[in-house]
Amino acid sequence: MAKFVAVTLIAIAIGSAIPILLHIWMPPADISTHGHLIDAQMADTMVEAGICFIAAQLILAVFIWLAASRPSGYKIRNFPGGSFVLVLAAFFLVGTEVLALGFFGTKAWANIYFTPPSADSLPVQVQAGQFAFYFRYPGPDGKFGPIHPEMINEANQNLFGIDVDHDQDAKDDIVTAEMGVPANKEVHLLMHSKDVGHSFYVRELRIQQDFVPGLDLSLHFTATKTGRYEIVCTQLCGLGHYNMKAYLNVMSPTDYDSWIKQQAALQ
Amino acid sequence: MSVPVRHRAVIFFCALLTFVAGSVMFSQYKVKAAALSGSSISGIVRLEGTAPHQRPIDMSKEPSCALMHKANLVTTESVVAGPDGGLKNVVVYISQGWTGPAQASTASPILDQKGCQYIPHVMAVNAGQPFKVLNSDQTSHNVHPMPAPGGANQEWNKSQSPGAQPIVSSWNGEEVAIHVKCNIHPWMSGYIAVVKGPYSITNQKGAFRIENIPPGDYTLSAWQETYGTQTQKVTVAAGKPATVNFAFKAK
Repeated sequence: MAKFVAVTLIAIAIGSAIPILLHIWMPPADISTHGHLIDAQMADTMVEAGICFIAAQLILAVFIWLAASRPSGYKIRNFPGGSFVLVLAAFFLVGTEVLALGFFGTKAWANIYFTPPSADSLPVQVQAGQFAFYFRYPGPDGKFGPIHPEMINEANQNLFGIDVDHDQDAKDDIVTAEMGVPANKEVHLLMHSKDVGHSFYVRELRIQQDFVPGLDLSLHFTATKTGRYEIVCTQLCGLGHYNMKAYLNVMSPTDYDSWIKQQAALQ
Repeated sequence: MSVPVRHRAVIFFCALLTFVAGSVMFSQYKVKAAALSGSSISGIVRLEGTAPHQRPIDMSKEPSCALMHKANLVTTESVVAGPDGGLKNVVVYISQGWTGPAQASTASPILDQKGCQYIPHVMAVNAGQPFKVLNSDQTSHNVHPMPAPGGANQEWNKSQSPGAQPIVSSWNGEEVAIHVKCNIHPWMSGYIAVVKGPYSITNQKGAFRIENIPPGDYTLSAWQETYGTQTQKVTVAAGKPATVNFAFKAK
């Protein structure tokens, strides 16, 4: 019986490792300039954790197998030094592994959060509200008009609450339901929530950012491949959370110019 | 054989009685017929000036609805004016003077959700008159009417999946008008006006027609979601259709 358990443990350990080793269920291809650091961090984590996992299961299976062959009445010995040394050893071994992962991952984190956006990045405002994302472009003047929350009127499509009649900067703002960006140009996202917590997630961009109500969040990225990608809400925000999404269209610079002109005409 | 005098008196008296009763019944019938046929009030509601720009609605977050509108542009419907200024979706009703039943019809009006829009955009019912809400879309909707707080009508919010049973509801009190929205699709907007007595909603030409109005003096009201309410007094005469026109000024 014990030998059967030992063999089953090894089979489960190897069985779980196979899909990861064979690269089944990999995330979709990365289309961003920073994503490779995140993918590398993910790979490092899998290798480290994988080795520790297989080793642990193997050692456990070996000891179960050995114990099965021992005569009954055999006295199990203690770990040399006792439980205190055992816990200390585990603390340092596991602690080192986790710290190493954190240390090697700082570059990926800093690259996204501790580097400022470049001066010529395209600013796009993202507003998350139950249950849709809306986007605002500053228009030719490069400035966003102020937001007046009391003027938000979804039935009349004033989604950001801007006052085109009285605010000069708001006159050329372009509000869209889809986010269009030119490929290979840095985009600076200025994000806020209209109501509760949401999260902005584009798999292919390797970007995920929680929206905390009351905070103005800043994120920047550069997309490298044209295409249509899903932006999904990944923070439970209410009964319509399952339906909350928008689309990111990465276009060539000329396609983007004609798209933004077309959107401006629809305002 | 001659009829005795007292028999003749009885016969004459019975004939008189029959004649009087018949006349009374006949005259009653005439009055009832007039009440049933009644008169109509019709007219045109116009917008003077340029209608405010109606912004296009992008439904890309709901692909099944966006697909239904690929060929046509969907816009907001806060002011829908025809080329000659006819205002659509104006609720015309009798706000004063109506002495007939509070419930004008026995129909069960339908509010449909199709292409992620409320069809019709503006609907009217009487207090207590049941209405049905249908979901003809492939996506779930959250039907959320928002009557004024503290009034006779209670706010509710019900999820309705595709192909679900119609939601049957009614309103307790008059309210012009209750705004309906969908919590899942922010652009959806509709109105339900709860009025007393008969009503009519203007068509694309801005034309309305209310039938079966007994003769009398009334105050007619016209409500539009952006411009509010206008009233006019009208006197309806028996057998003579009345015409009342309204004009709203664009700001």
